[in-house]
Amino acid sequence: MTVKIYIPRDAAALALGAERVATAMADEIAARGLDATIIRNGSRGMHWLEPLVEVETAEGRIAYGPVKASDVASLLDAGLLSGGAHALCLGKTEEVPFLKRQTRLTFARCGVIDPLSLDDYRAHGGLRGLEKAVAMQPAAIVAEVTESGLRGRGGAGFPTGIKWKTVLDAAGARKYIVCNADEGDSGTFADRMIMEGDPFVLIEGMAIAGIATGATKGFVYTRSEYPHAIAAMEQAIEIARAAGVLGASVLGSAHAFDMEVRTGAGAYVCGEETSLLNSLEGKRGIVRAKPPLPAHKGLFDCPTVINNVISLASVPIILDKGATFYRDFGMGRSRGTIPIQIAGNVKHSGLYETAFGLTLGEIVDEIGGGTASGRPVKAVQVGGPLGAYFPRSLFDTPFDYEAFAAKDGLIGHAGIVVFDDTADMLKQARFAMEFCAVESCGKCTPCRIGSTRGVEVADKIAAGIEPEKNRELLADLCNTMKFGSLCALGGFTPYPVMSAMTHFPEDFSPAPVWEAAE
Amino acid sequence: MNIQLPRADVAERTLAIVGELKGLEGPLLPILHEIQDEFGYVPDECLPVIARELNLSRAEVYGVVTFYHDFREHPAGRHVLKLCRAEACQSMGGDRLAERAKALLGIDFHETTPDGAVTLEPVYCLGLCSCSPSAMLDGEVHGRVDDTELEALVAEARR
Ligand SMILES: Cc1cc2nc3c(=O)[nH]c(=O)nc-3n(C[C@H](O)[C@H](O)[C@H](O)COP(=O)(O)O)c2cc1C
Ligand code: SF4
Ligand code: FES
Repeated sequence: MTVKIYIPRDAAALALGAERVATAMADEIAARGLDATIIRNGSRGMHWLEPLVEVETAEGRIAYGPVKASDVASLLDAGLLSGGAHALCLGKTEEVPFLKRQTRLTFARCGVIDPLSLDDYRAHGGLRGLEKAVAMQPAAIVAEVTESGLRGRGGAGFPTGIKWKTVLDAAGARKYIVCNADEGDSGTFADRMIMEGDPFVLIEGMAIAGIATGATKGFVYTRSEYPHAIAAMEQAIEIARAAGVLGASVLGSAHAFDMEVRTGAGAYVCGEETSLLNSLEGKRGIVRAKPPLPAHKGLFDCPTVINNVISLASVPIILDKGATFYRDFGMGRSRGTIPIQIAGNVKHSGLYETAFGLTLGEIVDEIGGGTASGRPVKAVQVGGPLGAYFPRSLFDTPFDYEAFAAKDGLIGHAGIVVFDDTADMLKQARFAMEFCAVESCGKCTPCRIGSTRGVEVADKIAAGIEPEKNRELLADLCNTMKFGSLCALGGFTPYPVMSAMTHFPEDFSPAPVWEAAE
Repeated sequence: MNIQLPRADVAERTLAIVGELKGLEGPLLPILHEIQDEFGYVPDECLPVIARELNLSRAEVYGVVTFYHDFREHPAGRHVLKLCRAEACQSMGGDRLAERAKALLGIDFHETTPDGAVTLEPVYCLGLCSCSPSAMLDGEVHGRVDDTELEALVAEARR
């Protein structure tokens, strides 16, 4: 029987040489006349082991990694096709502790299946949620999603079911489902991994959203920095259309739903939902004032659901297994699972899907294994460029929306970036201001001007110029930005700045060379 | 990539692109992407054509072009090297790598080498934060970029 070898086509795997590995493997298979085929899967999310090569054996899938092209011949010599022993062998993939301890609901298929095989998708539980949805009343679908406790994974944590209900109840001949796949936060890649590794789950989630709210057209708005995800989504949409999953009659039902992919153009602020809608309409990505809510007047003034990729991709399993199944995971008002993205200076980097509630310390030290550099962890930025820097003393904070808010932080899109003790937190605070200045849409003065001033003030502190006065000025600026900004770009940039200043004061009092000279 | 066409040809190609995409809902961004793919930047001569065909003012189209970091108003080099400048890459020495790249190429960000070979651009996250620092050379992704790999990338781009 033809042996299946899995070599990821996920961008992170490609960035680490997966294409060269796949080419070398194909060449060796041909040269040796072996009966084996290569499947280009998504990533399992163990990025420190990429490129991770797997082989299907009678005992299950056996993993090898990280594999270089130059390892391929020796792997085959060692009996790769039957899961033979080799220095790079990690044993059964599912038994690798990083994977074994996860609860994979949204990412159940990612890295497991051929992302562009609808048969494979079905064989692994795909389309069951949509099959149920086409037979349900829209209000019942919305109720199921509400019951599940699912909250938006894009950052704000707004209950998805309530958003859908608003659109269902809104009058409108035309409604839209917009998927926010702009994923601009540093430290995040969950959306990218789903689009590359299991694109049909996003299509299924969007189709369910369409049926639930009466929307017939969907857009996936993603970033130009994600060419591989764009290609995978576009191919998957075509396949789904040809198979009748999308189109005039979704799975043979009376519901119509179709969708297309749109590409942004390198503006971080276009991840903000109203800016995104303007961008989709072909305008400058300026943030709109609310009200009106997008649910009432969204894309082209029509009622619009706008949800993050992970929110939408979590819907199929909720419909399939029921709201209670999903809601039973998690803590407090944070229900279900969250794909935590562990990034930066960390040993075991990658994606870890688990129920809410692990502490930050467990994530960084136990799962992440500490820093990649081997030096002590100094700070962890949680939630992207608008998220706070946490010191070790806050490592007992559980991963939960409310718990993070109580510590002046946020979960955001669940990316965490680890820094070792060489990090300079004043520099990080300055960067937060600089990033805000570069990416501001320009609508509000505190954001546009305040951030530029913030950079100057940080520079003065670094130069030792009246540090005390300038620290106060920086705090004042943060306060003005926090309360005078229309959206979270200007409004939340104070989080990284203030957390850096509060938790790492020593970095804001550089050797007072200049003062001493006075 | 950056074929310098005579003005008339630019207008003609633009018209064809607009004609192809104008039926989309919200066609302006797809049109601008297609134009940049075609010419390597968004030539001035395109703007009046797009404006006329989409019933917009030239200023509106120009406003959109300038809002987005991706759209270039001038041709880029034959190769574009993007280095990630965001936090996860900073935590793994991205700043130092950027300095090294500038020194190797003898240019700053947003500049092109005098021989027209390479344009250096900053990018804020490539979604490769788990294998930082990261880079993209003409759409090809690279993770855990160290000095050796950077030198190889620069050499490749310089060819
Ligand atoms: C500056 C800024 C950038 C944002 N970027 C993203 C993003 O890249 N992806 C995302 O899903 N949400 C992003 N958001 C949040 C969205 O505005 C919005 O809350 C989200 O798309 C709603 O979907 P959800 O309820 O499923 O989370 C951003 C918000 C702001 C203020
Ligand atoms: S806070 Fe900044 S990005 Fe947000 S609307 Fe105001 S100017 Fe635009
Ligand atoms: S921060 Fe550099 S790839 Fe995400």
